[in-house]
Amino acid sequence: MDIFYPIKIFADWIAFDVFGIEQTTHLGDSINFFIYDSLKIIILLLIINYFMAIVRHYLPVEKLRDFLASRKWYGLDYFFASVFGTITPFCSCSSIPLFIGFIEAGIPLGVTLSFLITSPLVNQVAVVLFAGLFGWKITILYVISAMLLGIFGGFVLGKLKLEKYVADYVWNIKSQKLETKNNKEKFSALIKKFWHEGFDLTKKITPYVLLGIAVGAVIHGYVPAGFFENYIKADNLFAVPIAAIVAVPMYANAVGVIPIMQSLVEKGIPLGTALAFMMAVVGLSLPEALILKRVMKMKLLIYFFGITTINIIIIGYLFNAFVK
Amino acid sequence: MKIQVLGSGCPTCKKLFELTKQAVEELDLKTEVEYITDIQKIVEMGVMSSPVLAIDGKPVITGFLPDVEKIKETIKKFI
Repeated sequence: MDIFYPIKIFADWIAFDVFGIEQTTHLGDSINFFIYDSLKIIILLLIINYFMAIVRHYLPVEKLRDFLASRKWYGLDYFFASVFGTITPFCSCSSIPLFIGFIEAGIPLGVTLSFLITSPLVNQVAVVLFAGLFGWKITILYVISAMLLGIFGGFVLGKLKLEKYVADYVWNIKSQKLETKNNKEKFSALIKKFWHEGFDLTKKITPYVLLGIAVGAVIHGYVPAGFFENYIKADNLFAVPIAAIVAVPMYANAVGVIPIMQSLVEKGIPLGTALAFMMAVVGLSLPEALILKRVMKMKLLIYFFGITTINIIIIGYLFNAFVK
Repeated sequence: MKIQVLGSGCPTCKKLFELTKQAVEELDLKTEVEYITDIQKIVEMGVMSSPVLAIDGKPVITGFLPDVEKIKETIKKFI
């Protein structure tokens, strides 16, 4: 049985009994969809943000860096960097200190880029939204694709020997070793701390999630089924590259884009095409480029964006071809 | 006591600076809050996430935006 069935009953009750909207109208459909999805996703977010607070406490990014820098990994480091990218929270505010911190610790450029590619694409919030809206099968495929994108993209960029295109001052920075904090906190205090952190984060992103779901709900209720099929056909070879390239300069958080994307897919936009658009919006953007320009010379930036875009297009094609 | 907010100039970092100033004011401290956007300074501290709240040169809050109460609590530990 669907574990979200009670929420479904609740959403039906609110929309059709409390508000008294006809079940068959566009408005009723939209409101019911909105209540059901937002409740389901907020509950999932509360749970996963709690667990991620625990993970972050025991595995701060500084520790992950030290792990990567601790020995030679013979290529496995691309994989690890990509895995770490999925479990660390990412804000573009942090991309510069992260980049410098990795390079400074002696982690290869390609491995650092693996991390930078995967990190914005997969985080706990994106995973919850994917799972809540698309189901687990597509979520797992998405996470694997994003990781492969990071591993492969970082590997190719690493092989291109682009180190000379990293801003020169980056190589000269020496950081002091941060003393490892040794204040043992009580277990009960920790549990409280995790809950606070998880709750705060959920509170902070809820408005964006609700906004995304609201737009998605309007599309769900008012746009006729199959509406987009007339415009974007799955077998149109240009749809995926166009979707990706148009999306590169744009920026939006994964949180807001995924619900909208789900509704578009429901109305006939091929999944791979929508996914290529979403990954390019979330992973690459003009603001991100401007930030990275401070540590990368033009040529490295172009390679970084170019190769990531190409990989996103490939993922889009693969999803259109194999995922139904 | 030296209180610094370090950030890459992103909105979250500016917000932390504003909140820290407010916290210092509410605690009635006679300290200026310094706002640093030089990324090198962050990395030199050994921190890899931004924004950073540093007291006496030591990072105490990194990578997220706390509320005023939490900042006040943190600062109080150093008085």
